[in-house]
Amino acid sequence: MAKKEYAFYPGCSSQKGASASNYLVSVESMCQTLDIKMTEIPDWNCCGASISYAEAGELPRHVMNARNFALAEQNLPERDIVATCAACWLGARESKERLEHSNVLLADTNTALKEAGLNLKVIPEVRHMVEVLIEDLGYAELASHVKKPLEGMKIAGYVGCQTNRPFGIAGESFENPMYLDKLIESVGAEATKYDQKVTCCGGALAFSEPDKAQAQIKDIIEAAYDSGAEMLVTPCPLCQANTEVYQGQINKKYGTKFNLPVLYYSQLMVLAYGGSAKDAGLNGQVIRARKLEEFAGK
Amino acid sequence: MAEIKHAAYICKGCELGSRLDAAALVKVATKDGKMPLVREHDFLCSAEGVAMIKNDIANEGVTHAAICACSRRAKTEAFNFPTVAVSRGNLREGVIWIRPDTDEARETTQEMAEDYVRMACAEVKAMKVPEGNQNTGTSKTLLVVGGGMSGMTAALEAAKTGYKVVLVEKTGALGGMAGQLWKRIPNREPFKAPMDSGVADLVAQIEADASIKVYLNAVIAKTSGAPGRFRVDIAVESGPTVTEDIGAIIQATGFTPYDVNKLGKLGGGQANVVDQLGLEALAKSANGGAIKRADGKDVKSAVFVQCAGQRDTSGEHLSYCSGHCCATSVKQAMYFKDANPDVETVILFTDLRMPGNNEDFYRAAQNKGIVFRKGEVSNVSGGDTCKVQFKDLILDEDTSTDADIVVLATGMVPTTGPDLDQLSEANRAAEGGDTTAKEQVVQMMSKSVLNLDYRQGPDVPQFKHGFNDSHFICFPYETRRTAIYAAGPVRRPMDIAQAQEDATGAAMKAIQAIENAGLGKAAHPRSGDLSFPSVRLEGCTQCKRCTVECPFGAIDEDEKRFPLFNESRCRRCGTCMGACPVRVISFENYSVNTVGAQIKAVDIPDEFSEKPRVLILACENDAYPALDMAGMNRNAYDPFVRIIPVRCLGSVNTIWITDALNSGYDGVMLMGCKHGDQYQCHFVKGSELGRYRMSKVYDTLKGMNLETERLMDLEVAITDVDTLPQKINDYAAKIVEMGMSPFKGL
Amino acid sequence: MSDMNQQMAAKYQGNFLKEIEEQAETGEWVKMCMQCGVCSGSCPTNFHPGWEHPPQEIFMMIRAGKREEVLSSQSMWMCVSCYNCYVRCPRKVPITHIMHGIAEYAYRIGRAPKNQPTLHLSQTFWNNATKTGRVNEVQLTQTLYFKDGIASGIKKAMAMQDVALGLVKAGRLNLMEAIGGGHKCKDIKGIHAMLAKAKELEAQRKGRAA
Repeated sequence: MAKKEYAFYPGCSSQKGASASNYLVSVESMCQTLDIKMTEIPDWNCCGASISYAEAGELPRHVMNARNFALAEQNLPERDIVATCAACWLGARESKERLEHSNVLLADTNTALKEAGLNLKVIPEVRHMVEVLIEDLGYAELASHVKKPLEGMKIAGYVGCQTNRPFGIAGESFENPMYLDKLIESVGAEATKYDQKVTCCGGALAFSEPDKAQAQIKDIIEAAYDSGAEMLVTPCPLCQANTEVYQGQINKKYGTKFNLPVLYYSQLMVLAYGGSAKDAGLNGQVIRARKLEEFAGK
Repeated sequence: MAEIKHAAYICKGCELGSRLDAAALVKVATKDGKMPLVREHDFLCSAEGVAMIKNDIANEGVTHAAICACSRRAKTEAFNFPTVAVSRGNLREGVIWIRPDTDEARETTQEMAEDYVRMACAEVKAMKVPEGNQNTGTSKTLLVVGGGMSGMTAALEAAKTGYKVVLVEKTGALGGMAGQLWKRIPNREPFKAPMDSGVADLVAQIEADASIKVYLNAVIAKTSGAPGRFRVDIAVESGPTVTEDIGAIIQATGFTPYDVNKLGKLGGGQANVVDQLGLEALAKSANGGAIKRADGKDVKSAVFVQCAGQRDTSGEHLSYCSGHCCATSVKQAMYFKDANPDVETVILFTDLRMPGNNEDFYRAAQNKGIVFRKGEVSNVSGGDTCKVQFKDLILDEDTSTDADIVVLATGMVPTTGPDLDQLSEANRAAEGGDTTAKEQVVQMMSKSVLNLDYRQGPDVPQFKHGFNDSHFICFPYETRRTAIYAAGPVRRPMDIAQAQEDATGAAMKAIQAIENAGLGKAAHPRSGDLSFPSVRLEGCTQCKRCTVECPFGAIDEDEKRFPLFNESRCRRCGTCMGACPVRVISFENYSVNTVGAQIKAVDIPDEFSEKPRVLILACENDAYPALDMAGMNRNAYDPFVRIIPVRCLGSVNTIWITDALNSGYDGVMLMGCKHGDQYQCHFVKGSELGRYRMSKVYDTLKGMNLETERLMDLEVAITDVDTLPQKINDYAAKIVEMGMSPFKGL
Repeated sequence: MSDMNQQMAAKYQGNFLKEIEEQAETGEWVKMCMQCGVCSGSCPTNFHPGWEHPPQEIFMMIRAGKREEVLSSQSMWMCVSCYNCYVRCPRKVPITHIMHGIAEYAYRIGRAPKNQPTLHLSQTFWNNATKTGRVNEVQLTQTLYFKDGIASGIKKAMAMQDVALGLVKAGRLNLMEAIGGGHKCKDIKGIHAMLAKAKELEAQRKGRAA
């Protein structure tokens, strides 16, 4: 199979030493196994995320994404942009959709881009890593690389919001998307069924409205435990961080005893493909995934 | 007529041969059924089997055939022998399909089959070949009463099909309510703006059509006769009364808006508060320009109040929804917005009902900036600045808004003529000498639309709220007068699109009725039936039960108060036959005897046999097909029941019940359709009348010293396929618990 | 800023629906709401406790011209951008964007609630991200936790100590960023010029030029 090449948009949280650095580590390792070549967009910038809406306004937000599009078009022509972060993917896709549907907005955007010496003609496809895995490779191909199936492990696939709504993964329902469960199954683990699969973790409001966000996170973790899950798996850095790092605070507030590891799908795949704990970025877990560490050591 | 010869045929196909002892059945038919000719066949409905029967008819002189095979509802084309009387013994759906194929069940299954053979033989002996109604009419002309959208559509549809039409309109012009509209709710893509009403086009088509004769300023003075031969007197204003020969009638007399003056709290009657028709008048005079109020002032803001005097729970106004008014208000708000987007339009609703493509119309309205607020209006005051007080149901607050004009969405009141029950009550009082009642009768009669010369009254019977009565689920255009159909808002509230569809359907049904009447055949649900009721007048006691009870007003009375049957008006339900206390009414192929003989033919084992017998009289429209389908699904039920289909619960004569119980049956079960407000009876009143009659039998049972539970009335719908067997079994178990009837062997 | 509020109020003369249609991002969709309430029932933050005015109500209030109550409401700021209302709306009204759009407009004309924490987060985030083109997570966290002055900042920082410590231990909080190191774009100058232009154009397009 020919090597697949993409313009990589890692996003702020997936840089070295940043909050989702373990995601980046595992994605790099996973792509190596799957023979996917990811070339970083040179000098890419922040997507703005959803939360910037009040200060940024409309056009500045789109312009930020447009700059990335223009850089990709200029330096990595005819490649799809692939984001690993759900929010980056959503922000970029939203800008692409708006710019493609409004000539006024596109003209204004180019006026602004000119200030940075750029110009946007064609907006590349903007895709999430998961789409590349499912659509360009397929579940069978993903499973074919498995050397050590994660047999007997019970994992709750936590899809959350932004890979699911409003765009979603093609062919999936908003209310019960199955792609994450299928990814879990393709590496030999068992996907548990629980009713908080697409509940919001609170997103950025974990900072500004911690009580509301933590109430939601509690519902998610509780339901995952009830389904018999030993860990949670997500495709989104903010989901990962929110559901992992606030468990201690929730325990204090609600008297719960949560200690549920939260992983990225890519970490599971690296381990199933025979990678080490380090390749999978397991050292980046705040709540250690001991079962996986043991598994990697075998 | 040639000599009578009976024959019975026993089919062995569909596993009947292996499940049953066919030789024994042949013996039963010969010995108990007293059939001179009995044949069995491996596959009776095959070409060869049918040829065998045809050969017997042609060469053996067979005039009466008892076909013991499948249900009477199956293989109707194969077993169609129009020149002979045919009965059917239901051995397949009624016996082997509802019994398990086990050794224990074999004996009772065989007994069941033998009884059905006896019953089929007994029935056919009591039958005659129907000769058909000779008293047929020949007029193929349709009368359409009402020249609005429904009436014009019905007339044109019938004319296009090749029938002559007489169209009677009471005003001086065609168009009706639709003719008073500026524009109509759109009925085609893109459903975004009001459309031309289409009235002018229909009027032009009618004027150009030579087969439609129009009477304007005309009303129906009198309608006599029957389907195919109605004689209709048309009184034309300042002209002579004309008489037309008519085959069938469509009543499309439409509606009047609910009187806005009754809505004082909503500003009815005050300046600048109008109903929807009032706004149409203003829009018409604006002719596409800015709509002005009656005082000539420009309208800058308009408020529409939905459900004004409708969906009223207090009992003071209309309790129902008229269906079109939400879309009509949207349309009218668009009149303003399309002429000038700066006019503020607010629609106050509690529940917005925009079915079908009206949803797109609603979106278009929102897009045009029409504001929709969910609110309950408590008070409207008219004047130069109108004030609408309401409770905003979303924001949960009492508030108000001002407007230059307020439009009240009032409801539709049908134009059906007087209520027959009230009229007959007034008539009775008037006959007793009550002078106010006399005036009342005159006043009520002045509202009559059809002036039918029928014993049961001058118009079609009404159901709720003054709309005409019809079988809402199955036969929506029907009225309770054969060959008289209702179309449009006279039938139920509806908009133009629905009314036109209605009118087309009614026209088709009217044509069918004309053709059937010409051939002496029944209209649905027994369409094609050639039998009709005949009465042995020498036995009649002039009790009038038949003339009063006939759900279709088919029976008049002569001067001596004997029943006078109008066969063409008859639907063949047999309610008259069930009602007749002296049993002088019968059909050639369905009579007190055809059923009575079957009841007597069943073998009743003695009280020590532990084999009870339960008679089931099942309505052929719902219960009997449900039982057949239970058989098709192989849903087993008790082997001690014997089922006889009846045309309607209304045709059940109490003599059948008392005879059955007297002769040792342990129980009788009646299966009929739902009655009352949500009735499903195909003959509208049949099951209700039948049940009322049966309630009297309980006294007889007490007189016989029998438990009243030995008569059971069960409401059955055609969908009860899976629950019906259980209900039968439950009743059979109850009979066993009660013990055997003491009347056995007497 | 309050000048801007008066200026806008004068411009639209009580037609608040029109004001929102022209000023708030995707505000032209407000009129298409059919008041079914699916959005309010789908919102995860409408239950812990409920919003002062759930989206359905906000839309009705706009139609009813309740300008002050809408613009000064805390409600829109409760949006977590989960897009649940957005995908479930039978009218396909982009509710998430409208909530953001109204909030943004309220802020822009100086009508947003004082000390609104999510507004503060939005300001902090955007300023942080655009300073170098990429987010500096340590500085972001510091700014957020010290927003209410030193006293409550310390309290919150104490509460968050475990969280931060956990991230540091896991190698997911780059302490280099605290002292201005870490990730940044090369063409910071270009980015700033580009954003300044974008801001100017947007203000012009919405008639909000200063």
